[in-house]
Amino acid sequence: MSLTIPTVNLAAIGPELALTVGALILLLLSLGRYRRSTGLLLAVALGSLAVAFALVIAAWKAPVEAFAGSVALDRFAVGFSLAILSAATLTVLLSLNELERSYLLLADYYGLVLFATVGMLFLASATSLVMVFVGLETLSISLYVLAGQRRTQASSLEAALKYFLLGAFATGFFLYGVALIYGATGTLQLREIGTYVGTHGIFGSPLFAFGVLLLLIGFGFKIAVVPFHMWTPDVYQGAPTPVSGFMAAGSKAAAFAALVRIVFVAVGPTVVNWTALLWVLAVLTMFVGNVLAVVQDNVKRMLAYSSIAHAGYILVAIVAANDLTNSSVIFYVLTYTFMNVGAFGVLSALASRDKEALDVHELSGVGYQKPLLGLAMAIFMFSLAGVPPTAGFMAKFYVFSAAVKAGYIWLAILGVVAAMISVYYYLRVVVYLYMREPDGETTAWPRLVPAVGVALGVAVLAILGMGVWPGSVMGMLRQAAALL
Amino acid sequence: MSPQHYLVLAGILFTIGVTGVLIRKNALIVFMSIELMLNAVNLTLVTFSHFMRSPDGQVLVFFSIVVAAAEVAVGLALIVALFRLSGSTNLDDFNLLKW
Repeated sequence: MSLTIPTVNLAAIGPELALTVGALILLLLSLGRYRRSTGLLLAVALGSLAVAFALVIAAWKAPVEAFAGSVALDRFAVGFSLAILSAATLTVLLSLNELERSYLLLADYYGLVLFATVGMLFLASATSLVMVFVGLETLSISLYVLAGQRRTQASSLEAALKYFLLGAFATGFFLYGVALIYGATGTLQLREIGTYVGTHGIFGSPLFAFGVLLLLIGFGFKIAVVPFHMWTPDVYQGAPTPVSGFMAAGSKAAAFAALVRIVFVAVGPTVVNWTALLWVLAVLTMFVGNVLAVVQDNVKRMLAYSSIAHAGYILVAIVAANDLTNSSVIFYVLTYTFMNVGAFGVLSALASRDKEALDVHELSGVGYQKPLLGLAMAIFMFSLAGVPPTAGFMAKFYVFSAAVKAGYIWLAILGVVAAMISVYYYLRVVVYLYMREPDGETTAWPRLVPAVGVALGVAVLAILGMGVWPGSVMGMLRQAAALL
Repeated sequence: MSPQHYLVLAGILFTIGVTGVLIRKNALIVFMSIELMLNAVNLTLVTFSHFMRSPDGQVLVFFSIVVAAAEVAVGLALIVALFRLSGSTNLDDFNLLKW
């Protein structure tokens, strides 16, 4: 038994360090007399996010690996980190809406958002199962608390408790999977596990195969893959609206980053044995998510089912397992971040202390009463549905073309069919926004908070920009694929 | 004793934990069952680590204990908050959210 002290290279965890410092400052501020000064809290949160952005972008030029191969801030991680940091930044801004301001203790809340982001970033750059576990738990535990932020509202606490119990349950499976893989291979580093699989094959020992299966169950819970999706609608509906968007986009991006790395680095050599299983999961996830979303009247719940379906589309690219996989997954995750956080953001911008318009009927005529918010919501819905020229269309196009190129024609066809089902319920929202008279008394919608407006504007521009010029973004992401 | 003894014990404990989560209705008992699952995993890791003469597994156990402690803090806080609001810890009573 020998222990070697690994070389410490703080550059590899620079973004995480910046966010941790920011979060700690916020927690300290929450004790003192500055806890109500929104401007200062916002500045600290956005400042640390900006530093993290800068460090992540700097790592694009100079990828680093450190801590005995446990963390690798390579271009693959950078791609996902950009999506995660965008989700966090938008969430920080969107949480300043009227309803959330009435009960949130912003200092604690921003601190938790930053801690969750730290976990997500670690997950994106983790190259050992220990780091994957720590990242996953850092993000999950912060999100359990964030989901229950409406402390006086039973539905929010219920959502938090359900999320917590099922999340911790999934952690048990995940960790048991890690333990069995460790028992079979004697290592926790993804690359060394890959070497083991290269010589023994994935079914070389039943211990290893069972461990991989348990690991997959744990991940299935986190990214809400059917049949492990049951918690998603309840949690997204009950959690504060900006948090739902953050959960959907950020944790999905992070968990997919880790999943892709595990699939291609650790079990890469025999990836063929996996694909049958992942194929079935992808198809199930796309169809169950989309079909159940059709019958939802509550828009938050509908978006929750839609997020399940989107996880299915991303799985399609992972099944393809070719040179297009990484870039199309990153493109999808980036797009999904903007359109999904944006959609939840519009809902939260429409919420006031007296009324939270969550039912699709309550959105009747909003397109005329609040033209800008209505337009933004319509763009997000078109993008989620995959209508050109939005980024949502290009994202689906890349994912399905990866599948076609790998020869999974049927998978792509089923994916397109599932996407066509989804058009119904996305456009239903647009119909209510523009083509229905508001029933009964006209409601006074709250005034748009500037920070919320800025966040929504950025999201709209990002979606249209990536939709109209996808080539330049994709060209960059292709280089991310090569380096993994 | 061979590693099999420990591994089978850990497997049995894990199964008891999973069964508890699935059939019990009290949030606290369910939570205890989850802790049992995590500790079963810790036993597995320590066993592998000991018999393979590799320290990695024991390091992971430390992380896992820390995570379990953090989960206890958050979980109990949530259960207490919900109990104050609804006066119950029975999971069947928490049915505001459903389709």
